[in-house]
Amino acid sequence: MTSTIHKFSLNIVVACAAFVAQPATAQQAETFKLGIVTFLSGAAAGPFGVPARNAAELAIETLNAGKMPAPYDKKGINGQPIEMVIVDEAGGTTKQVTEYRNLVQRANVDAIIGYISSGDCLAIAPVADELKKLTIFFDCGTPRIFEDASYKYLFRTGAHATMDNVAAARYLLARNKNIETIAGINQNYSWGTDSWNDFKASMQALKPGIKIATEQFPKLLAGQYGAEISSLLVEKPDVIHSSFWGGDLEAFVLQGKARGVFEGRTVVLTAGEPAMFRMATQIPTGTVIGARGPHGLFAPDNALNKWLRAAYSERYGTPAVYPSYKMVQAILGLKAAIEKGAAGKPEKPATDVVISAFEGLSYETPSGRVDMRLGKGHQAIQPTAYGTFKFDAAKGEPQLVDVVHYPAECVNPPEGAKSEDWIKGGFKGAKC
Amino acid sequence: MQKFYVILVDGTIYFSWLFIVSMGLTLIYGVMKILNIAHGSFYALGAYTAAYAVGVYFAGHYPPVGSFLLLILAGIAVGGIVGFLVERGLLRPMYGRDEIVLVLVTYAAFLVFEDLIKLIWGVDPYFAYQPYELLGRVSIGGIAFAVYDIGLFALAVVIGIAAWWALERTRSGKLLRAVIHDREISTAMGINVPRMFTATFVIGAMLGALGGAITAPAISVVPGIGVDVIVLAFAVSIIGGLGSVAGAAIGALVVGLARAFAVHILPEAELFVIYGVMAIVLAFRPQGLFGRPSARKI
Amino acid sequence: MRTLVALAVLLAVLLVAGPLIPSWLVFLLTIAFAKALVVLGLLVMMRAGLVSFGQGLYYGLGAYAAGLTTNFFGITDAIALVALGGLVSAIAGYVLGFVMVRYREIFFAMLSLALSMILYGILVRSAALGSTDGFNLPQPSFFGFAVNGPAGRLLVYALTVVMATGTAMMLHRFVNSPAGVIGEAILTNEIRVEYLGTSVTGVLHLTYVIGATTAGLGGALIAIAAGHIDPDLAYWTTSGEFVFVAILSGIGHVAAPLLGMAVFEAIRSFAFQYAPYTWQMVVGISMLAVILFLPSGLWSLFAPRRRARGAA
Repeated sequence: MTSTIHKFSLNIVVACAAFVAQPATAQQAETFKLGIVTFLSGAAAGPFGVPARNAAELAIETLNAGKMPAPYDKKGINGQPIEMVIVDEAGGTTKQVTEYRNLVQRANVDAIIGYISSGDCLAIAPVADELKKLTIFFDCGTPRIFEDASYKYLFRTGAHATMDNVAAARYLLARNKNIETIAGINQNYSWGTDSWNDFKASMQALKPGIKIATEQFPKLLAGQYGAEISSLLVEKPDVIHSSFWGGDLEAFVLQGKARGVFEGRTVVLTAGEPAMFRMATQIPTGTVIGARGPHGLFAPDNALNKWLRAAYSERYGTPAVYPSYKMVQAILGLKAAIEKGAAGKPEKPATDVVISAFEGLSYETPSGRVDMRLGKGHQAIQPTAYGTFKFDAAKGEPQLVDVVHYPAECVNPPEGAKSEDWIKGGFKGAKC
Repeated sequence: MQKFYVILVDGTIYFSWLFIVSMGLTLIYGVMKILNIAHGSFYALGAYTAAYAVGVYFAGHYPPVGSFLLLILAGIAVGGIVGFLVERGLLRPMYGRDEIVLVLVTYAAFLVFEDLIKLIWGVDPYFAYQPYELLGRVSIGGIAFAVYDIGLFALAVVIGIAAWWALERTRSGKLLRAVIHDREISTAMGINVPRMFTATFVIGAMLGALGGAITAPAISVVPGIGVDVIVLAFAVSIIGGLGSVAGAAIGALVVGLARAFAVHILPEAELFVIYGVMAIVLAFRPQGLFGRPSARKI
Repeated sequence: MRTLVALAVLLAVLLVAGPLIPSWLVFLLTIAFAKALVVLGLLVMMRAGLVSFGQGLYYGLGAYAAGLTTNFFGITDAIALVALGGLVSAIAGYVLGFVMVRYREIFFAMLSLALSMILYGILVRSAALGSTDGFNLPQPSFFGFAVNGPAGRLLVYALTVVMATGTAMMLHRFVNSPAGVIGEAILTNEIRVEYLGTSVTGVLHLTYVIGATTAGLGGALIAIAAGHIDPDLAYWTTSGEFVFVAILSGIGHVAAPLLGMAVFEAIRSFAFQYAPYTWQMVVGISMLAVILFLPSGLWSLFAPRRRARGAA
């Protein structure tokens, strides 16, 4: 009997000792440990996760060398070199909560930037406040984060997805007042259903009486849209809305184009920008493309954007797309807030000071100015833009023409309003 | 009325895809009683190899017609090689063990393949759209369909007939059916069951990879395309009855039509369709539509 | 008896170690033991020949029962929520059991998978429940006291560990009871068991309900520990993971799932940290290594050599 007990206890103790005896992170006061969480495997890696990771790597190196254009030319973050600790966002929300806690408590990071999946964002948000660790969401789209609750240690430096669909509706109706029927093909999960609902509600608010031809929700990563495309061809809508991304978007374009779905109507791809370059010869001219903000080809011609486009293309062989912009935006926001809180002194400012500095902050990025205006100063708003795709055969390059920019206050709900209610109520308080 | 024809065509196209993809799985299970989770990996490997090969082919400006043959060859080649390696290297040493352990082995293999594919081909998508576009469109019931998709149907019919003929009319086929029916007696009768296993697994892997290869032109080949194929293929195999070619065909047809119907008439139900059909079929015929009830051993 | 004492000692060690080990380890073990509960249920089911690829159904039911109760009825008492999760799953298991016990082997596996995916579909389609984004749970309370921060985490850990080892002890009794032993007999030869006068479906039904209940308890605990639930809990890959851990750990002893799940979570966590680009491969190779070198599962590392007869 004793041998079994001994074996049990001994093994547990040994196992625990092995975990605890981690190589102690020595001298972390020397570097600023920045946890980066983004998709490194699975379908979201190619279009979003890896571009974001690449941009993080590039930005961190540039910052550490002091080569970032002003006002970010101070080395690292407030003089401290940045060390990147990267974690794959795969595995589901429970896994991500575990890994977040590991980043904070085992890897002892100073701050965390990450999260593309809205589910992960929702799960991580309360944990950030529980562990009192400065956390920045850079990409996830759900408006629920700061509309359903308030957080102290959490910030989101990218505007949420409501503006994507409100702006899409405005753009389409501005170009063609005679739209009568709309249809949607979106992935069957929150991102897809929320995007469609926001778009549908916006169209109905801007042009009451508009008809819905069909609403398709194929499974995420289905890849084969034969029946859905047939349905779209049968119902003949004037406009097709899709928030597809990644392989699904590309498959839909290939299959739809071959069967003529794009002909005789307007298709809007609200998250189409990352696919623009790879699919340059395949996307039909006339397709309306969104970049979830003033990113990529919509970005202004400032020094930061010039740096990002040149450096990223040179290093990674392909133009930077919106996830890269949003990651850089997050890193620069963190740096701006910390340096503002430090007020010129080399010591690391206390987290509370950084939080006060971050709240309501306005700062410059490759995509223009970002204002932390909603969610009691924790949620960013940005202007956005939509354009129409055109392939320039002479240059062999994709282009976006007829670009329209929408100011942030036009397409984002005001402080305290819930996005869904704001749209249904006819965009009260919008300044266009 | 137009909708009716369109549903029929959509259902048939989806059936063709499901049939090709599920055939390999139902064969492997029927003969070897292994739930081959790595089937998804074979599909993905077939898709990546085909997409890569077609990309290289068109960069070399060879006549476009050859790309179709290249797709099929690429799928079969990679399926055959990888299938052989997996069966001989990974599964054969484990044959004495519990069936459920073999499932775990195939799952572990699947995980390894996922990252291996990422290491070889990276996370960026691969395209092989040229064969898909080359064939153009055809109008059926007033709606444009890709000729390539219709061609899939022809391919499915060819594979189905070839499989039926191989199993019913050739000596090896009859031996295989004997092994499906009763492994112990087959061994007692002198059939070289291990060799049948290898052959079956290789053929099953080839079919899985072929499924991926012929799908590649219509999609964007990205990491993770193998995952949901596994459940779909299993559901179809269960519905039709494991180990039965006719069963896989009927199962694929039922699911294909049900899904097409759902998409056109009731899009909200699309997510449930395949599982609902599976549950209903199992409720009335526990061994699947064409499965034979196995005698319980006393 | 030895096992019961050993498990009690294990529980004591875990409880004492709780405040001493780093917080991230406390959380990892909480998750591991909550999931181990599901695997415990699978252990009992697999010993009777029922391999379920759909435990996600009850896991999800338990989690959503806890989550909905706390968000719509305001009950935050952790023990009440866990009990409720277990109860809801037990009832569901009892009802579905009537259908499920008619199936064996692969058909049982696939039908259980189908049912769990139907729940998944329902959860995804319901916008009120947050669809795929799910929703959060507030911090739990214990006997009327809301405990926050690290102390709260330790209490949740303690609850989970107590439930896991307690269930293991109870299932140890079950496995050695007539119902448990008949379960093994059913796996060997069902017809003989019927001829001996025992109801096969009766025993299988009971076994199935046990599996459902422990999965529901595990789901509720996960919901409380992670503070967030979403439909992925019912997805087939989640169910598959439980089966794989069950096989990896070995089904010979009730302590095996506890150990196996802890090791699996640890391997995955370290693979994430040290091999962020190839963690799937690392996990896959580890699994193959265990299968090759430890044919009876991870448990054989710890099991003392025993005589051939008698259950663990």
